[in-house]
Amino acid sequence: MEIKRGIAVSPGVAIGPALVLDSEWFRIPQRGIPSSQIDSECERLQHALGQAAAETRANQEAVTAKLGPQYGAIFAAHTLMLTDPALSREIETLIRNEHHAVAYAVSRVMRRYAKALESIEGGYLADRVADLFDIEKRILRNLLGQRREQLCDLSEPVIVLAHDLTPSETAALDPQRVHAFATEAGGRASHTAIVAGILDIPSVVGLGGFITDVSGGDVVIVDGHHGLLIIDPDEETRERYEHVRASFRSHESQLQELRHLPAETRDGVRVAMLGNIEFPQESAPCLERGAEGVGLYRTEFLYLGKQSDPTEEEHLEAYLTVLRTMGANRPVVIRTLDLGADKFLPRGNGVAGNGVGGTGVSPLGSVGLRASPERNPFLGLRSVRLCLRNLTLFKTQMRAILRASAFGDVRIMFPMISTLLELRQCKMILAEVKEDLEEEGIAFNPQLPVGTMIEVPSAAILAEQLAREVSFFSIGTNDLIQYTLAADRNNETVSTLYSPGDPSVLRLIERVVQAAAKHNLAVNVCGEMSGDPLYTMLLLGLGIRQLSVTPHGIPAIKRVIRSTTVEESVAAAQEAMRLETARDVNNYLREQTRRILPEVFE
Amino acid sequence: MNGESLIQKVVITNPQGFHMRPMAAFAQLAARFDSSVKVSREGQSVNGKSILDLMLLAAAQGTELTLEVAGPDAPSALDALVKLLKSPAEEESSDPSI
Repeated sequence: MEIKRGIAVSPGVAIGPALVLDSEWFRIPQRGIPSSQIDSECERLQHALGQAAAETRANQEAVTAKLGPQYGAIFAAHTLMLTDPALSREIETLIRNEHHAVAYAVSRVMRRYAKALESIEGGYLADRVADLFDIEKRILRNLLGQRREQLCDLSEPVIVLAHDLTPSETAALDPQRVHAFATEAGGRASHTAIVAGILDIPSVVGLGGFITDVSGGDVVIVDGHHGLLIIDPDEETRERYEHVRASFRSHESQLQELRHLPAETRDGVRVAMLGNIEFPQESAPCLERGAEGVGLYRTEFLYLGKQSDPTEEEHLEAYLTVLRTMGANRPVVIRTLDLGADKFLPRGNGVAGNGVGGTGVSPLGSVGLRASPERNPFLGLRSVRLCLRNLTLFKTQMRAILRASAFGDVRIMFPMISTLLELRQCKMILAEVKEDLEEEGIAFNPQLPVGTMIEVPSAAILAEQLAREVSFFSIGTNDLIQYTLAADRNNETVSTLYSPGDPSVLRLIERVVQAAAKHNLAVNVCGEMSGDPLYTMLLLGLGIRQLSVTPHGIPAIKRVIRSTTVEESVAAAQEAMRLETARDVNNYLREQTRRILPEVFE
Repeated sequence: MNGESLIQKVVITNPQGFHMRPMAAFAQLAARFDSSVKVSREGQSVNGKSILDLMLLAAAQGTELTLEVAGPDAPSALDALVKLLKSPAEEESSDPSI
């Protein structure tokens, strides 16, 4: 048994077989075999090793001919490892003595070597670990062949373990089969965390290196309350967690009872609870959790994993799917493409199968970004900036949003607006698209409400000017915090700077709310901050009356709202605004929230 | 195992240490002899014919390794292996990862 500590990002407990993700995306199908199968498993091993060695020999010759012997040598080393008697002996021992299935035995042995290499002082040969993984994959490919299980059609529930998950990887996962995530990298607001929240499954990130400790099929526990990953738990631990899992579920079902009750303070002030969604199929769970509408519909998934830009019909189909679930009267705020470096560029290794990922995605490709990666992507060509440089792409999405607006309470929202001029450009293009549709006789809502995200400090500072030109604001706290504190939320070494409770952030929010109030504008808060019960009183007290959160977070936020009064919240917000550090603010808010709802953080 | 058992210490001179390529060459060469080949460093001892084992001995420049060869062709094996370890970084590669 081994226990790893990371950052808890989505609550819950999951126990099950590990699926270790790598760029090849296959998993070990079974761990154990009956004794009658031992000999045939050993035969399969020899065959696979032989095939794999033949492949590396062929590679060696090809590479030598092309680049010279010093480059071919790397494959010569691979061949040597594959034909190393020690390797086949160790794997056979596991098959014979432990009754391991051959694929599982291969994985365990290779990872044992990788682990040993990694632990050598000075990390002298740590890079060679990649060679071992390469060899492992080659053997497994030969063993499993076409029987490789794809992630999109897993046959049994798994716990996904990875170094990090890219959006295209998570998009291809079948949420019915994935019971938890645990990743080596990432911080509290990483994409993995967001997706885990959306899928409502336990998740732990920032665990540091553990991939070499686990083989696919090992039993692991993800403790999303305490941020733990337990590899190969002993019987006692496992039993304890079975118990925790059961009691968490009953706690969840208690929260579910709030579903039909309004989000209303004790003194009768209503707060609109909206849901954040990414995939159309999330709108149903969103309603189930008691959302009154969709406050943030992220549309990036439409662009991910495609060979070409999505068509107008593809956009429309997705939007109508959401509208059909939400009904004609619930608001659905569609955010235009908000892709940037962090969410878009897949890792260099590409992704096999699934038609997902690959080595670059069309919108970036078409503006030439793929060719020259930006040195500072977070301050680069992302989001609405990218759209303004690629009007065909932008207009296609606008047309679809406008067409959808004929069927429900659709609203459009522009992300990452940093100047007034950008907003005006967006609105101008929208007006053009409306004209086109009118000429073509296509129905749309001419009064389509236009909003802007406030997620760049410049937009928060100029909120008053922006307020004159839109009908709503939505504060995107994740980016606002990151840009205000200049701290990458995914960088573990600086992620402590990233705090929603930072006094600078509170001042910006206050400023936006005041500007909006002056112009009689609705302000929504989306982003992780709105889904954290710690900040609910503060946001209420600052004057926020609309919150958009990941669906699974709705009941907990509603419970806080129903336990407090506006007067209490205003007092708490005023006091929080007087405090000097994020830590003081967070401690104070924790105390205040506990006072009204003692069990809130359990 | 009949024949002699010979022991010799060798200091790694390759600036990149006893790394992948020399290890591969070493394991390949060692496998050609009938004698057993053990390589040890600071009490840790591995099979010199197994590249996977050798990798665990990763040794930087200046490290002292001990070779122990036992078997019928021990003298020629030891001679060849020591020569290999002492040979200057062959075809000096600019890419240390290879």
